[in-house]
Amino acid sequence: MPKKTIRTIPQNRAPMPVQDPAERVENFAEVALGFGLEDALIECARCLDCPAPACVDGCPVGIDIPAFIMKIIDKDYHGAYEILSEANLLPAICGRVCPQEDQCEGVCPVGDTLEPVAIGRLERWVGDEAIEKGWSNVPYVEPNGFKIGIIGSGPAGMACAADMAKAGCDVTIYEALHEPGGVLRYGIPEFRLPNDVVDAEIANILKLGVKIECNTLVGRLFTIEQMRNEMGFDAVFIGTGAGYPKFMGIPGESLNGVLSANELLTRCNLMNAGKFPNYDTPLDLGRRVSVIGSGNTAMDAMRVSLRLGAEKVYCVYRRTRDESPARLEELHHAEEEGIEFHWLTAPVEILDDGEGNVRAMRCLRMELGEPDDSGRRRPIPIEGSEYEFETDMVVYAIGTNANPILGQTSNIKLNKWGYIETDENLASSLAGVFAGGDIVTGAATVILAMGAGRKAARSMKAYLGIRDTAAVYLSERSGSEGTLFGIPAAERNFARIRLA
Amino acid sequence: MARKSGKPKAKTEEQPESPEPGHEARGTPGFEIVAREDFSDVTFLLEVRHPAMAKAARPGQFVIVITHEHGERIPLTIADFDRDRGTVTLVIQAVGKTTKEMQQICRVGTALHGVVGPMGLPSHIGDAKKVICVGGGLGVAPVYPQARAFKEGGAYVIGVVGFRNKDLVFWEDKFRACCDELIICSDDGSVGIKGLVTKGIEAAIDKHPDIDEVVAIGPPVMMKACAEATRPHDIKTMVSLNPIMVDGTGMCGGCRVKVGGKVMFACVDGPDFDGHDVDFDDLMNRLRRFVSEEKRAMEKWQENCKRLNQEPYTPDTVAERGGSGSAAAGTGRPS
Repeated sequence: MPKKTIRTIPQNRAPMPVQDPAERVENFAEVALGFGLEDALIECARCLDCPAPACVDGCPVGIDIPAFIMKIIDKDYHGAYEILSEANLLPAICGRVCPQEDQCEGVCPVGDTLEPVAIGRLERWVGDEAIEKGWSNVPYVEPNGFKIGIIGSGPAGMACAADMAKAGCDVTIYEALHEPGGVLRYGIPEFRLPNDVVDAEIANILKLGVKIECNTLVGRLFTIEQMRNEMGFDAVFIGTGAGYPKFMGIPGESLNGVLSANELLTRCNLMNAGKFPNYDTPLDLGRRVSVIGSGNTAMDAMRVSLRLGAEKVYCVYRRTRDESPARLEELHHAEEEGIEFHWLTAPVEILDDGEGNVRAMRCLRMELGEPDDSGRRRPIPIEGSEYEFETDMVVYAIGTNANPILGQTSNIKLNKWGYIETDENLASSLAGVFAGGDIVTGAATVILAMGAGRKAARSMKAYLGIRDTAAVYLSERSGSEGTLFGIPAAERNFARIRLA
Repeated sequence: MARKSGKPKAKTEEQPESPEPGHEARGTPGFEIVAREDFSDVTFLLEVRHPAMAKAARPGQFVIVITHEHGERIPLTIADFDRDRGTVTLVIQAVGKTTKEMQQICRVGTALHGVVGPMGLPSHIGDAKKVICVGGGLGVAPVYPQARAFKEGGAYVIGVVGFRNKDLVFWEDKFRACCDELIICSDDGSVGIKGLVTKGIEAAIDKHPDIDEVVAIGPPVMMKACAEATRPHDIKTMVSLNPIMVDGTGMCGGCRVKVGGKVMFACVDGPDFDGHDVDFDDLMNRLRRFVSEEKRAMEKWQENCKRLNQEPYTPDTVAERGGSGSAAAGTGRPS
């Protein structure tokens, strides 16, 4: 086969089939319908199979991206899934929710001249294929007698649990809510990440022998110290997420009709408030909903409100579209669905209707000044630009602070913002206790949390003296050179040194 | 960690039995109800098996309960816990759809879909020498573990409990056992003194000028009145707030309350706050948030009951009360 060059590959991305905007605002079905095989093959043909692939370095969990793409081209779809699932436990989820434009796709050389290879969509295609065919990557695991406790069943906890289970540990995940999945369940809505997909990925974790205990609030039902000292856990991973919603502290925030995006999304996604009164959890949805903030959570809150029947949904953000931290695709979908964006607008007061409900919001117009510490241009209020607009629900999606429960109930060291302090290996101040994800870094993304979960798993294995190498559970890869019984040559020496 | 306890109960409390949250992620068998007692046509008690929680619970904490798969998450204060039996006790007032439904379907031997907790900061049982523990209506149950804890801490405890009338009185014996004085108030004067609990508080303050602390639990309007009654005497008054919440872990922010001008989340920063600092009007407004939805849920449920030919609840429909009821009433304390 002649070597592919930027001139010979298909110049345009395979288009992603999507539900029509007018139709989709009426339902909770998934917006992006996913590639078919044809689309996937076109997209795979666009990959140059670079000798030193930048995309692998761009991926927080280091997926061997060109390798899985080449497997698809070879029509070995199961092989593609095996490569993906070695590095990423939740391909169907990450293919949907990763900010690929800032990661693998952002560094793809094809993107220098054309649009980059749609790696995320290909990952999703393989993940969906696996769910449909019932594939799972369950290696032979020999129990090693170590008992691992994981706090939080979100992406960080699941990633850590899977790696520890594959290494032979007895893993239990504790979840405070009554359903597992963390932010994948309560946060990200159905039309962006169907619950079936989350269920399928959780089923894969359970197949590894991981136990999930819901309705268990660690810190209150038992403490981290009790887990280590009384319950026999050899190591503990904390992946509780940040999740203590921020408000702005402007007048009128305690009015009825003001709530956090977390509350809106939890009521809708976890508790099915959209099906009230068939489900018992209500939601006091307004007719004109204003969402403050412009990140992914804000996009989710706005699009959920629209689907639940709000007549008008506004986005209020003090910077411009260019500074918006949302994934491009979400922003684009939100615009298509008719969300009204008020850029360069900062709320200063929420006004009362006289009966304790929201009537309107008073805002200030902004302009952009010099760049601040984050490199983004700082919004500066324009004097005398105050104005009011009518709205009957105000949703805060301006980020979260650290959840205080574990700090209240253990001696673990926190930093000045209340996040758990760890060293570069994600070890906390308590022996045998590791932490990762939002509770360490502050609010970030699913894939970064997963990356942290995997990193913590590596540290945990080092702490417990478990030989940390993928060779233990790598299935033998056909075609890769120098492997013997699935163990690459370099690993064989490594193993001997470590075992001695 | 262990409760201040007169008798050495070290053996049971320090047994390194691992906590048993007790069920799997899916296909959950739930949390078994081992006893039920009906105090009146609206108030009933459920004792739920949850050994780990019984071990961890402390006065002032609450749980979130989900009745069934379609249910909502409702916060309920822990009215009692028994470490020997491995149970926690909840006292529920059937006022809305969920609680009325619980009154109808929660029988001994059935299970709740979800029970999570204990949540919130435990009450601070300081070294107060003389305290008044005030419970109004439903607040009578949750103030009980605090009264007991103060008593065990060596304080002189004056109980003030308020009911609408004589028929609604419950747990008088339990209060008598842990209070040095008990003042019962009733709206119609059919038992104890006639009037609101504030009247009882004033009577107690008149008699004892050296009260260190007042703990008041009940409807917001009652707690507000109690805080106002003690403010002139400058007596520290702790109240337990019950705002609307979803997860109970600090994640949704639905339970935010104003205390001393600052916004606090009742689920993780409370539920106990200094009553003199709490903005009760704000709390009461926020409790009205779902009035119309509550009404809709209620109508729909009543309609369903009618269609399914289910008797609207009366105490007599709970056939299996008998033995279990008396067992609950006689729940032995671990000390």
